[in-house]
Amino acid sequence: MKFSILVDIQLLEGISDPAGATIERALPALGYKEICDVSVGKTIRFTLEATSLSEAQKTSEKICSLFLTNPVIEEAKIVIEELS
Amino acid sequence: MIFPGTNCETDVVEAVSSLGANSELLWHGDENIHGVDSIVIPGGFAHGDYLRPGAIARFSPVMKAVTKFALEGGPVIGICNGFQVLTEAGLLPGALQKNRGLKFLCQPAVLRVETTESILTNKATTGESLHIPINHFEGNYTCNKETLKELQEENRIVLRYVNNPNGSIDDIAGVCNKKRNVVGLMPHPERACNDLLGSTDGQVLFRSLLAA
Repeated sequence: MKFSILVDIQLLEGISDPAGATIERALPALGYKEICDVSVGKTIRFTLEATSLSEAQKTSEKICSLFLTNPVIEEAKIVIEELS
Repeated sequence: MIFPGTNCETDVVEAVSSLGANSELLWHGDENIHGVDSIVIPGGFAHGDYLRPGAIARFSPVMKAVTKFALEGGPVIGICNGFQVLTEAGLLPGALQKNRGLKFLCQPAVLRVETTESILTNKATTGESLHIPINHFEGNYTCNKETLKELQEENRIVLRYVNNPNGSIDDIAGVCNKKRNVVGLMPHPERACNDLLGSTDGQVLFRSLLAA
């Protein structure tokens, strides 16, 4: 079975996010004054072959904690979709 | 140590050579470290800083030998990007986040030596001020409360900024591991080893490393 994996990585609360802060400061110039909590993260996509959804979940979580994120400063959400 | 993207290795070679030491450039793709006495991981942008600074360098073939060397007590220092590599490799605690104030910083800094019990400061004096430049975007040291407490209680904060330029927690400029043989610091001592560069305060740190 093939799975499409999307990893959404964001900085943990309290970790400095210059890109997010800069975007937030620029938005009022466009007239959008009601926006706050802008944060900039990164998205990583890949295709994974696994025997089941739970195995795909387990493998993705492992890759995330070992490599794709640094748990001291980042957290990740994983979205898995089975490819037909 | 050279990774693709490292760019301060020649400055380090020049600095240690001026103190009479021999140096050898190690390549990240080699699996051994050719019997050297100590290792310096210099600054730059190892593997383009892709993913996170230091994240990919950790998987370079040479890092297994570096880790073994460090765990056996061999002296290892990481300067700037080298510090980031050492935290990503798990040889030092914490992480380096982007500077408070959103700016890349390239400027002189004044550091205070907090302990002489490390391979980088054994020839220095506790409380001594060192003028050594910084040059980084991700130099804002951070760690969880427990780690910070441990670093403080075990006297493992090796260098602090006198005027914190980047927001580092507890003014931390450099830390060491429990065995005190692995030290990471954001400032560049190799750029403060010649009168022409405005300071020779980096020499005492390299003299310490050579004596370790």
